[in-house]
Amino acid sequence: MTVDPNVFLAILAMAAATVLTRVSGLLLIRFVTIGPQQRRALEAIPPAVLIAVIAPTALTGPAETLAVLATALAATRLPLLAAVATGVFVVAVARATIGA
Amino acid sequence: MNTKDVFREFAGGVRAMAPLIIAVMPIGLVFGAVAASKGLSGLEVTLMSALVFAGGSQFVAMDIWSHPASWGALGFSALLVNIRHVLMSASIGAKMPAFSGPAKYAAMLLLADEIWAMAETRVAQTRLSPAWYAGLAVPFYFVWVLTSLAGSVAGAFLGDPKAIGLDFAFPAVFVVLLMGFWKGRETGAVLAASAAAAVLTHQLLLGVWYIAAGAVAGVVATLVIDQCREACA
Repeated sequence: MTVDPNVFLAILAMAAATVLTRVSGLLLIRFVTIGPQQRRALEAIPPAVLIAVIAPTALTGPAETLAVLATALAATRLPLLAAVATGVFVVAVARATIGA
Repeated sequence: MNTKDVFREFAGGVRAMAPLIIAVMPIGLVFGAVAASKGLSGLEVTLMSALVFAGGSQFVAMDIWSHPASWGALGFSALLVNIRHVLMSASIGAKMPAFSGPAKYAAMLLLADEIWAMAETRVAQTRLSPAWYAGLAVPFYFVWVLTSLAGSVAGAFLGDPKAIGLDFAFPAVFVVLLMGFWKGRETGAVLAASAAAAVLTHQLLLGVWYIAAGAVAGVVATLVIDQCREACA
């Protein structure tokens, strides 16, 4: 259980970069006034970012695309964890049957 | 707000977060195991999870890990991967009237994707209190740090998480949360624009520009719909 100085420096650099991104949104909204149109634009950000984060990995393989659809369908009638379990189950079965 | 209410709010946050706390466990274990395979000690893995606390950028760091570790490359890649947090904190920051100034900044230090998404889900229904937010963030943080450490110790015993579909737990959580943001056809347009832009950018450019591209495309789609509506009205 040792800490290499280079590794520690790298961890600090990553931590500093992450903190910067997390607080700068607050600084941004202090200097930009939010009207109705800006508010609608801001409201589009959460779903847009959520789908953008997962789209390249979750929508590019047949097994993954199938599992995304299954999860979305399950989410309309099941609680979160059950819907996630459905997605994990479908992706595992689909990869085993139609290939990853 | 008295102590009992604070506790009730905190417990409410923990309850809302429970499924995600369970979902993050395999991800933390996998991260620890991958980091151990790159030569990081248990203490180094724990420090990274505790100080960075951003899974996506930690996995990317493992992809580009070198000996000796390059702080410039790793810091810059963390900046790019986490640039989405600027949008997330701008979005949630405007909906936190119950937080004092310093409390708002303190809350942002723990703004991981899952915590942000649950906070957005909460403000869409009711007021978000600091105690509720702490209930979302604090247990999740400790589970992430501890499962990373456990993964680095267990290392090779875990096997391939892909074989049993566990790598899909994180995208699946996002899909479920996305369904909660659905407000009709307009949301469909935003999602289609964002997904198309993200997939295209991912094909064309190295790195994590695809997240920024998706966000921009989603916002542009909203603005275009706004313009059309005004033109028709």
